[in-house]
Amino acid sequence: MSQIETAFFEIGSLDTLATRDSFIHRLDPRAKLLTTLAFIFCVVSFDKYQFSSLLPLVIFPASQLVVGRLPVNFLWKKLLFLAPFVVLIGIFNPFFDRQILFHIGPFGVSGGWMSFASILLRSALTISAALILIATTSFSGVCLALEKIGAPRVFVLQLLFLYRYLFVLGNEGTRLVRARTLRSFNRQGTGMAVFAQLAGQLLLRTLDRAQRIHLAMRCRAFSGEIHLLRSFNFGRREFLFMICWCSTFLLIRAGNFPQLLGKVLLEFTR
Amino acid sequence: MHLADALLSPAVGATMWAATAGTISHCSRQVKRDLDDSKVPLMGVLAAFVFAIQMINFSIPATGSSGHLGGGMLLAILLGPYAAFLSIASVLTVQALFFADGGLLALGCNIFNLGVFPCFIAYPLIYQKIVGESSSEKRLFFGALLSCVVALQLGAFGVVLETVASGISDLPFNSFVLLMQPIHLAIGCVEGVVTAAVVLLLWRARPEFIQDSHIENSQNRRSGKKVLVGLLVATLVTAGGLSWFASPKPDGLEWAISRISKNGAVAGSRPEIYSLLSAFHFKSAILPDYHFSPAEDAGSTKDGAETWPAVDAGTTVSGLVGGVMTLGMSTLIGFFLKRRHSAGTA
Amino acid sequence: MSHHIVAVNDLSYSYPDGTAAIRGISFHITHGESVAIVGANGAGKSTLLMHLNGYLTPNQGTVMVGEFPLTKKTLPMVRRSVGMVFQDPDDQLFMPTVFDDVAFGPLNLGLPVAEVKERVFEALQKVDALHLQDRPPYRLSGGEKRAVAIATVLAMSPDVLVMDEPSTGLDPKARRQLIEQLSGFNHTKIIATHDLDLVLDLCRRTIVIHAGQVMADGLTGEIFNDRELLERCYLERPLRLQGCPICGPA
Repeated sequence: MSQIETAFFEIGSLDTLATRDSFIHRLDPRAKLLTTLAFIFCVVSFDKYQFSSLLPLVIFPASQLVVGRLPVNFLWKKLLFLAPFVVLIGIFNPFFDRQILFHIGPFGVSGGWMSFASILLRSALTISAALILIATTSFSGVCLALEKIGAPRVFVLQLLFLYRYLFVLGNEGTRLVRARTLRSFNRQGTGMAVFAQLAGQLLLRTLDRAQRIHLAMRCRAFSGEIHLLRSFNFGRREFLFMICWCSTFLLIRAGNFPQLLGKVLLEFTR
Repeated sequence: MHLADALLSPAVGATMWAATAGTISHCSRQVKRDLDDSKVPLMGVLAAFVFAIQMINFSIPATGSSGHLGGGMLLAILLGPYAAFLSIASVLTVQALFFADGGLLALGCNIFNLGVFPCFIAYPLIYQKIVGESSSEKRLFFGALLSCVVALQLGAFGVVLETVASGISDLPFNSFVLLMQPIHLAIGCVEGVVTAAVVLLLWRARPEFIQDSHIENSQNRRSGKKVLVGLLVATLVTAGGLSWFASPKPDGLEWAISRISKNGAVAGSRPEIYSLLSAFHFKSAILPDYHFSPAEDAGSTKDGAETWPAVDAGTTVSGLVGGVMTLGMSTLIGFFLKRRHSAGTA
Repeated sequence: MSHHIVAVNDLSYSYPDGTAAIRGISFHITHGESVAIVGANGAGKSTLLMHLNGYLTPNQGTVMVGEFPLTKKTLPMVRRSVGMVFQDPDDQLFMPTVFDDVAFGPLNLGLPVAEVKERVFEALQKVDALHLQDRPPYRLSGGEKRAVAIATVLAMSPDVLVMDEPSTGLDPKARRQLIEQLSGFNHTKIIATHDLDLVLDLCRRTIVIHAGQVMADGLTGEIFNDRELLERCYLERPLRLQGCPICGPA
């Protein structure tokens, strides 16, 4: 499968996960969105060298996976191919920061390696949080939650429209790529000129489609406003969900449980 | 060149989100005011087009590598700055949510880098200046090409500034710039050529589309400048204010060390490590330690508990300077090009 | 006399580049009729249809829908009474869920929420798509999309149902379902199509178009027996009138 096909397949499968039923899935999307944002903010607020103190935060994505009855594999693949840019930039840290922090047996661990490890952990945590949000809330759920918490309607509608036509254009794009692949050999035929033609054709078709959609809208009495009927229920469950998680994040942020645990263990072994 | 949450500090992330959110609001209002309701489906479908096109690669001659079309500048040319900004923002949002490209906090930075520079700097100051309302093929080509190159350079520079200001990565400013800018110059040229080719194709097939877009957007030029000023003010205020909340201990190193050793055996070597680090920071960073006193090696950390928020004049100024630099650089480049153009056509 | 619901008089239209697409077409359709518009590709079927909902304005001639001549002012009213189902259902399903799409029209008309929900329910029921109401459109099959697209139009309670190639891309079962549903509708139906067998099942009257002009306008049965006319217009008889492939031609 070409890259474009895989990408759309992923989006589709993530969105399918959102149609499952579980306690988490049934929560109001606003609660999940805000809690996820609080989580990410918490992760990011740690100092650059902190690694072990971040570990307790794993409890958030882990519990979502369990309670939401989500398969772990969709997460694994994403984490395995951690955002290349992060790794690329982060890997420089051990080169620039060589001061040894502490020793594990005969090995000295430099600040650079600590911060690199921290970067990787942060990356894993934030990526998991974002993916789990979609897997439990669906994209349109997130969009409507955004609107309820104040995002401009025009932007939210734009997101919904984009999402709706993503697959249609992905389909068209896939077919064009397939056609190109079947008639190109040894990198002949995949150059910039051909691509520009391909993109141009797709663009023209897209403009035509936009006109037809606009006509369809006008035929159904569209006059500029788009109305959406949705019932939202932000109740006690959502409130508790948010309060519990946010307090947990604060606690983890304020303390350093692994260190505490380590100290206690060291005490015992004395 | 999507920035990621893992490399971001809360202060930088929040600042950029504030700027981006403000811009989204402003653009939403502008688009709504636009009487042409055919923009609604057009924006959505074109964003989907860009999303799809980003996943199709092409081989670049003479090198073994393949390239992609980012599409930001193309959107600006087709839709005008406000609608294009919203479209770009929507594409990035979907990517952040589904592919974890970047992250939700970094989304603010990414939308800024990949949206503001093409729509509010490259488009009005370069593309519109070169093309005007004439729409000759040569002007279209060069307008598209140059604006792409500039937009990507600025975007890459934005990433550098945001990463360095966050302080999670140790990559020093100079090395980072040397890493990012040349690569994105090459990427910008390739993308510029492809974008220009697509624009020409569209011009030959549907000239009225481009012409209408030019006429419509030349009327909007004045409010584009308002956006820039607004962004400048917003960034200054939030960067200045938020930097007060930055950790008073930029090096958690010291805290980590003090916790590891009960007896503070390592603590004794603290001043040495710290002065080493301070010296290192000074040598490699333009704005060492968020403060303006590189000589004081313990300028940011004292033995006693630090008050938080750290309402420190140095931190605030650093935050302000960081924000100003970002916008200043981009505006300077734009004005420089603007002056050159007007001198040329005088 | 004027119980006509759609009246087209001497309609002529040329594309912006000058090519004549429609050259003087006239016909009158009465309330409740089921009319097919057939013709080769490029004959002008779709272009003609685009005049019925006001998307295109004729260079010459008039279009009347009900009592209203089609003008800029009467456009919104005409579009409410003429429900058009497009060739590509993806162009008509642009909301996040099926429910949203079907509710789009009624909501735009300013109807109260309770009535909107009722209309959506009825429309989806008519096309057997009630179980799809919370699905996003990209997760529908071709036949389901077609059915929902019809529902989006039905929810507006139009007087006339205009359909452009409704059976394209449908598998046999979906096609059969479509024919069965359409035969149950009381609306005036105008169907542009290549599917001549569908015409036999659904439309008592057929208008044959060729090169922008009306070649024939009459009872379906008679027109499909006129082999010479069909050949002239680059058509053939419906497949089931062509006889059994084993026994020989009819």
